[in-house]
Amino acid sequence: MNTSLTNTARLLGAGLRALLVLTLITGVLYPLVVTGVAQGLFPGRANGSEIEADDKVVGSSLIGQSYTLPLKEGQETPEPDLKWFQGRPQNGLGTNSVNTQYDLILSGATNRSADNEELIQWVKDARAAVVEDNSVSGYTIKPSEIPADAVTSSGSGLDPHISPEYAALQIHRIAEKNGLTVDQVRQLVDQHTQNRTLGFIGEPRVNVLKLNIALKELVAES
Amino acid sequence: MSPVLAGVLQLLALMAALALAYVPLGNYMARVYSSTTHWRVEKWIYKGIGANPDAEMRWPAYLRGVLAFSLIGVLFLYALQRLQGVLPGSLGFASIEADQAFNTAVSFVTNTNWQSYYGEQAMGHVVQTAGLAVQNFVSAAVGIAVAVALVRGFARSRTGELGNFWVDLVRGVTRVLVPIAAVAAVVLAACGVIQNFSGIHGVGQFMGGSQEWNGGAVASQEAIKELGTNGGGYFNANSAHPFENPTPFTNLFEIFLILLIPFSLTRTFGVMVGSGKQGYAILVTMATIWLGFTALMMWTEFAHHGPALDLAGGATEGKEVRFGIGASSIFAVATTLTSTGAVDSFHSSFTGLGGGITMLGMMLGEIAPGGVGSGLYGMLVMAVIAVFIAGLMVGRTPEYLGKKIGTREIKFAACYILVTPALVLIFTTAAMALPTPGNSMTNSGAHGFSEILYAYTSAANNNGSAFAGLNADTQWFNTTLGITMLLGRFLPMVFVLALAGSLAQQKPVPVTTGTLRTDKPLFTGLLVGAVLIITGLTYFPALALGPLAEGLA
Repeated sequence: MNTSLTNTARLLGAGLRALLVLTLITGVLYPLVVTGVAQGLFPGRANGSEIEADDKVVGSSLIGQSYTLPLKEGQETPEPDLKWFQGRPQNGLGTNSVNTQYDLILSGATNRSADNEELIQWVKDARAAVVEDNSVSGYTIKPSEIPADAVTSSGSGLDPHISPEYAALQIHRIAEKNGLTVDQVRQLVDQHTQNRTLGFIGEPRVNVLKLNIALKELVAES
Repeated sequence: MSPVLAGVLQLLALMAALALAYVPLGNYMARVYSSTTHWRVEKWIYKGIGANPDAEMRWPAYLRGVLAFSLIGVLFLYALQRLQGVLPGSLGFASIEADQAFNTAVSFVTNTNWQSYYGEQAMGHVVQTAGLAVQNFVSAAVGIAVAVALVRGFARSRTGELGNFWVDLVRGVTRVLVPIAAVAAVVLAACGVIQNFSGIHGVGQFMGGSQEWNGGAVASQEAIKELGTNGGGYFNANSAHPFENPTPFTNLFEIFLILLIPFSLTRTFGVMVGSGKQGYAILVTMATIWLGFTALMMWTEFAHHGPALDLAGGATEGKEVRFGIGASSIFAVATTLTSTGAVDSFHSSFTGLGGGITMLGMMLGEIAPGGVGSGLYGMLVMAVIAVFIAGLMVGRTPEYLGKKIGTREIKFAACYILVTPALVLIFTTAAMALPTPGNSMTNSGAHGFSEILYAYTSAANNNGSAFAGLNADTQWFNTTLGITMLLGRFLPMVFVLALAGSLAQQKPVPVTTGTLRTDKPLFTGLLVGAVLIITGLTYFPALALGPLAEGLA
C-alpha cells in the first residue's frame, strides 16, 4: 500500500515537472519568439492591419464595421446610413453577456438552422430591405438579382467583405446619395474588387471599409 | 470561373501540398520516434522530469505515464482558470466558474477544445498562452505517443516493451510540433493573423466612435491549434474570425495544417513496421473516406436545400465571403474527420444534410485521417476489426502485420469501438429525457435534437466543434460534456495500449499464400466498408431523428 502510494506520488511529481518544463517551452518561449519575429518583420499585420484615413485610424481592413445613422429615440436598431456601402447583416453579434467590464466587439454566428423560423424571417426582411434601399428613380432592384451574402449573416459577424454582385447592386444608390455619376461609382467598385488568390483560392470580394474610404475621398474631391 | 470549379481546384491544390509533405514528414517522424540519441536540450528536460529516457516501458507503465501527465494537466489548467482573477496579465477578466473551468480544462487536455466560453471575453494572456496553448502542444504529443506505442506493438515481437512515454512526449513537442508550428505561426502572422500583447484597446471607426479589440498571441496559438488538431479558438468565432483567418490563402493553409500530421503518420507507421505499402493502404482508406465526404459536402452546400437558404439563394448563412461555399465545405469536413473542431463557418447553419455529414464524420471515430495520433490508432483498431471479419468469412485465424488477432486482441478492439457510441447515445438520451437540458436549444424540432446529439458526438470523439446554437455553458452540459470528453479520450487509450502490449509479446507468424494481404486494394475496400457499416449501424437511428429528418423534410 505504502509503496504504491509513493509510486503514484513520484509519478504525479514527474508529470508536474514535465508539464512545467513544457509550459516554459511552448507557453512562454514559443509565443514570445513568434511575437518577436512577427513584430520585427511585419508589425502592421501583427497588430491588426489598421487602416488610416485623414491621418486617423478608422479600423482594421480585416474587421467589418457598421455604417449606420445615430440611434433615434425609441429605436432598438439603428438605420443604415445609405450614403455608404453597406456590409452583410450582423445578426450573429449578440449582446455582451459575459463580461460587463468592457464593451468588446464580440464575434459569432447566428447558428440558426436552414429551417429556423427566425432565420427565414430575417432573410425575408433583409431581401425586402435590399430592394427598398437600393431602388432609386429609374433603377429598380429585381429580387432575383440579390446575392445570398446580402441577406445572410457571416460566420464571424465581422465579415469585412461583400460579394462584387452586392456591391454592384448598391452602385445606383451610392451615386444618387453622394451626387456622383453611376460610372464613377462603378469604377470605384471595380478598383476595389479583389479576385480569387492565384485565380482559384477563395471567392471574389470587395472590402467595404476600403471602398467607403475611397468613396469619401472621391466625394471630397468632386 | 464558377465557385464549384474553384472549390475543386482548392481541393486538388490541398491534395498536392499534402502529397509533397507525405514522404519527407512521415520518414522524419519515423526517425524521431526510432532514434536512440537525445538532443542536449532534451537531456536537460529529462533531468528536470527525473525520468530515465533509456528505460523501456511495458504497457501498464506507459499508460500510467499518460494518465499521470494528463491528470496533472487538468488540475494545472483548472487552477490557472480559477486563479485568473488574481493573476497578472489577465486583462481584468474574472476567475472562471468551477463547472466551466472543469469543462475547459478537460476539454484542452483531451485534445477536444470544446469551448463553452467566449474566448475574447473570458480568457486573458496567461490562461491563453501558458494554459490553453500549452495543452494544444502536449495533448497532441500524447496522442502521437500512444499511436507510436501501438505501431511499436505491431513492429516488435517477443517483448512487452513499447518505448518510453516521457521520451515520446518530449520529442513530439521539441522535434515535431514546435518547429512546424513556429514556421506556420510566422506565415500566418505575415498574412494578417495578429500576434501581439496589446490586450483590450480602443480603435477608431469610420463612422466615428471606437471599437474595442482584444489583442493577443493569436498566430502562435492558431498554428498549433490546427497542427495539433486541437481547434480551440482565441476568439468565439474561431477560424471564421478575420484575426484568426484573414485571407483565402490562410484558410487553405490552415486546412493543410489540420491534415498534415494525421495523413503523414500513416507513412511513419509504414516505415516503422517495415513496409511503406502497409502505410499506403491505410492512407488510401483515409483519403477515400475524406474525399467522399468532401464531395458530398460540396454537393449539398452548393445545392443549398432548406427554406431559409432557398430564400437567400445560397448556403451563405454562417459563412464568410472571402472563403465562399467551396472552401468552407472543405474546412468543415477536414475539421470533423479529424479531432480538430476548429470552424471557418458555422455548421449549425449548414444544410440539414451538410450538418449530418459533419456529425457522421465525427461518428466514424475521426479516423479519416483523424486527430494527430488518435486518427492512426483509431484506424489501426478498425483494421484489426476488418481482418477479423475477413478471417471469419474465410475461416482462418486472422492476422495483421504478422500478428495473430486472437481473443484478447479482438476484445480490446471491440471495447475500443464501443466506448464512444455508448457515451454519445447514453448522454444524448439522458439530456433529451431530462426536463432542463432542452432549454439550451436555439432551434427546435429535428435541429434542436441535432444540437444535443452533435454536442455529445463532438465531446466523446474529442472534436470540439459545435452546433453552436446550443447554450452549453450550463452546469449540466459543462459537467456531462466534461465527463464524456474524459472517458472518450482515455478509455480508448487504455484499450489501445493494452492491445499494443499484447501484440508486442507475440512472435510473428510467417506470411503464407493463405494470408490476407493487407497492403492491397481488396483490403482497403474491406476497411472502408467496415468503417462505414459499423458506424452506420451504430448511429443510424439517431441520425434519422436529427439531420436526416431535417435534410429530407
